[in-house]
Amino acid sequence: MGNKIYKAMKYAFPYTIPVLTGFLFLGMSYGIYMNVSGFNFWYPMIISITVFGGSLQFVMVSMLLATFAPLQTFLMALMIQARHLFYGLAMLDKYKGMKWKKFYLIFGLIDETFPINYTTEIPEDIDRGWFYFSVTLLNQIYWVTGATLGGILGNFITFNTEGLDFVMTAMFIVIFLEQWLKEEKHYTAIIGMVVSVVCLWIFGPDSFLIPSMLGIIALLTLFRNNIEKVGGLK
Amino acid sequence: MTLTQQILTIAICTLATMLTRFLPFLIFNEKRSTPKYILYIGKALPAAIFSMLIVYCLKGVTLFSGTYGIPEAIAILCVVILHLWKRQILISIAGGTVIYMVLIQMIF
Repeated sequence: MGNKIYKAMKYAFPYTIPVLTGFLFLGMSYGIYMNVSGFNFWYPMIISITVFGGSLQFVMVSMLLATFAPLQTFLMALMIQARHLFYGLAMLDKYKGMKWKKFYLIFGLIDETFPINYTTEIPEDIDRGWFYFSVTLLNQIYWVTGATLGGILGNFITFNTEGLDFVMTAMFIVIFLEQWLKEEKHYTAIIGMVVSVVCLWIFGPDSFLIPSMLGIIALLTLFRNNIEKVGGLK
Repeated sequence: MTLTQQILTIAICTLATMLTRFLPFLIFNEKRSTPKYILYIGKALPAAIFSMLIVYCLKGVTLFSGTYGIPEAIAILCVVILHLWKRQILISIAGGTVIYMVLIQMIF
């Protein structure tokens, strides 16, 4: 049993290294931001454990500083996190039969864990459930560690880290490329790109996500027959 | 905001987040088989969403002012070239990020 877990974790770790670097940096940026906004390190630490969602956590800093507005907070959080619905739909089959692990796997189904667990082809001799579990847990450990460190060390960091946040962009580009190379046809990737760019142009950077998601769903539904006929979905 | 209100705000955000993560699994459980349309969406979505996330990462780039998105374009090109050449995830990401940092700290 212990050997099975160790083996899966050892196999999973290299896949999470990009997230390690990205999350330590982004988590620390978040912790520092919270620190500068007047919050003790307990805040970024606890929020990173319970909410565990980067974009929302950054928005929450201003929410926590404003007047208490429960309904607005709820709707805002729903909209920012709505994309997780997609990850759940895509992982329905893979997370089938995971028993008690399933609760934590779903709890920790974030932007960075999803592509790893979705795209990695796990060899026969590695336990699938423990692989998914390891990726999810390691990623959360990185995030919580980064946020807590940032909250504590906030006042002491002086080196020029400008531009280090590009690590996230680079990671999504690589994930996109891997998916692109795996697929025979690229209609869905192109739909996603075109819809997002058009929505960004129309609605602006702060509110283009929801229209983009609706547009993507609409076009995928509209062209379902065509996309399924040409095949190449993987 | 009082401490209680802060705790409530954190709880509300946690609840909303978990709703988006758990909902698909609550609707389509292990006993009820997943409709064909949902399976199709599950297969067709990821590539589209990865595209959207890239656009999301680059949403702050200004194409008609500032640096005109040139450092981002160069860095992305480097990531793509490095990745097609070596197929080593860490090299592609680290290489692209270092190039981007050098570009915006020293050149732009």
